[in-house]
Amino acid sequence: MEIVLVGLNHRTAPVEVRERLSFTADQARRAAGDLRAQGIFEEIMILSTCNRSEVYGVPPESRREPAAALSEYLSTFHGVRADVLNGSLYSHQDRAAVEHLFQVSAGLDSMVLGEAEILGQVREAYRAAHESGATGPVLNRLFQAALEVGKRVRSETELGTRPMSVASAGMKLAERIFGKLEKHTALVLGAGTISEQVISQLRDRGIGHLLVMNRSIERAEEVARRYGGEVVPWADWEAALQGPDIVVSSVSAESVLGGEVVGRAMAARKNRALLLMDLGVPRNVDPAAAKLYNVFLYNIDDLTDIVQQNRRARESEVPKAQFIVEEHVDKFLSWQASVEMIGVLEALEGKMRAERAAFLAAHMQHLGHLSAADHERIEAMMDELLKKIVMHPAGKLRGERNLRRKIQNIEALRDLFLPERDKP
Amino acid sequence: MHLLAIFTVLAYGVSLGLYLRLLYADQKIVGRAATAMLAAGLTLHYFFLLDRAHQLQAVPYQDLYGAVSLFAWLLALTYFGLELFHRQRTLGAFLLPFVLLILVAGMLGHPVAPAGPPPGHGMVFALHVTLSVLAYAAFGLSFVMSLMYLAEENLLRRHKLGTIVWRFPPLDLLERMTRSSVMVGMGAILAGTLLGFVAVRRLEPPVSDFDPKYIVTLGIVGLYAAYLYLERQTSWRGGRASRLCIFNFAVILLSVTVVNLFLTRAHRYF
Repeated sequence: MEIVLVGLNHRTAPVEVRERLSFTADQARRAAGDLRAQGIFEEIMILSTCNRSEVYGVPPESRREPAAALSEYLSTFHGVRADVLNGSLYSHQDRAAVEHLFQVSAGLDSMVLGEAEILGQVREAYRAAHESGATGPVLNRLFQAALEVGKRVRSETELGTRPMSVASAGMKLAERIFGKLEKHTALVLGAGTISEQVISQLRDRGIGHLLVMNRSIERAEEVARRYGGEVVPWADWEAALQGPDIVVSSVSAESVLGGEVVGRAMAARKNRALLLMDLGVPRNVDPAAAKLYNVFLYNIDDLTDIVQQNRRARESEVPKAQFIVEEHVDKFLSWQASVEMIGVLEALEGKMRAERAAFLAAHMQHLGHLSAADHERIEAMMDELLKKIVMHPAGKLRGERNLRRKIQNIEALRDLFLPERDKP
Repeated sequence: MHLLAIFTVLAYGVSLGLYLRLLYADQKIVGRAATAMLAAGLTLHYFFLLDRAHQLQAVPYQDLYGAVSLFAWLLALTYFGLELFHRQRTLGAFLLPFVLLILVAGMLGHPVAPAGPPPGHGMVFALHVTLSVLAYAAFGLSFVMSLMYLAEENLLRRHKLGTIVWRFPPLDLLERMTRSSVMVGMGAILAGTLLGFVAVRRLEPPVSDFDPKYIVTLGIVGLYAAYLYLERQTSWRGGRASRLCIFNFAVILLSVTVVNLFLTRAHRYF
């Protein structure tokens, strides 16, 4: 029951290689079918996100070097030359593969440490593989454990609690001031990349009403259409400031919002709280606006500082998360050993019984002088001896997890007692 | 010290520890445990007050220490209700130190049987006192939340976020919780005052209708009514309303100390 992982991620491969090796849902299903049909794996699951493509599989006992066969298959499937993949692909077996998956689901292997999306992606990949029948008892158990690790890390550590991008830090700040954003209005000045990131975050957090303003009305309309916002003409921006609770500015002009303008807007809105996020460089909002009553002004440096603090805070949580990962790796390997152990012990029990029957058959004919009762007694004594030698320790091994942990290398036991043909 | 008192302090103490832990590690289980310990503390505290009343053969507010302990209990009880209503636990870490401080202060004195019959008695009088103490507890809670609001607002405006600000309730929620607490206080003080007038009418021999405490209480009602009106006006929302709430509670402290001690006889219970 070997577990094999072959894949690449943002650490080992540039985006040009990652995008060539990524799988759509349909491709993943097809590849899983191929790999099982070719006898490379009995169980298989493919995890493909923008930052990683990884194939987890359980090869048949008789399969030699499944990782090499899988690398070759990936190269053929995606039409990428092997020399391009060399150096980008990593492969792990057993404990290392299990640990890697658990780290992935915990967010420890993500580009943004502790990001939450990966857990959903692992869940979705597992669901798809399970539904298509590509997984089996080992991968089912493995991925259920991985999902549990992800959940535990998120609930028991601070790894994923703090915002790690300027846009999400801004949203968290808005929630500190206004609580839930469903009943609030946001105005976004500018429609560039940063503005779009902010708009996307605002939508994710359920902003009640979204206004978009840009010098190019066509671009504003395009963004507003995509995110379900309303366009406000650029000429009306001073009046537009009076309504929203959150104003995000990211335009390439200096001091779009002067202190006096914000002051007039605050007077018109009767000092209702206003969060100004100035993401422009040079700054779009006059710093003097921060002195106004109920105005909360954050510029790009302030938000970047928050992100830096949060990154340090997340990094300090890594040991706690790693501890949870290790705990579950041990738990999984113990389960895996117990399953293998049961198979080996059952085979061993069968073999012992057969040996006993053959032994008795061979020797009883020379013991014709004994009565039938003596024959039965001898058989009973042999049964008792067998129980003492094999069955009792087997029962103990089934029951005691700690004992199983000590005998993780079950192969040795198997090779010791069972010839090749008897292996389960 | 009474065994029940020790267990009460312990339960509140453990609850405070868990609320503080919650500030640093946002774990649901810790929050639930904190609330459960607070509920345990409230129950133990209730039985402690009951036991004390049995010892004295009088209501808990008969002496200063009993009244202080009752105040602490009602303060914790009001917070418990608000926590369940608004589903916000962060405040526990800021409120329970006050509860513990007041409770321990109330426990320092041994129960003393009243020298003579109390000037007021009966159900109406008991309700008058209990509702008044509840009102002070609710206003006390709004005072703590207003302080918290100003602290959080200050940290947000100065961009000093650190770890804890992320755990604070949103400013908007703090405003709503303060308003809820003031409304509980207003209801309690209005009903309590009304019952006070009824109790005075029933006193034998009759006492003078006028007491400076009436004016101060009406002033307090007026100040909190002003708060409830102004905090909905956009120009007052936020820091200004919180400052008014803090000022109002300062007036209450003045009322229960200076006014009770020096300006009134009918309300001088200590």
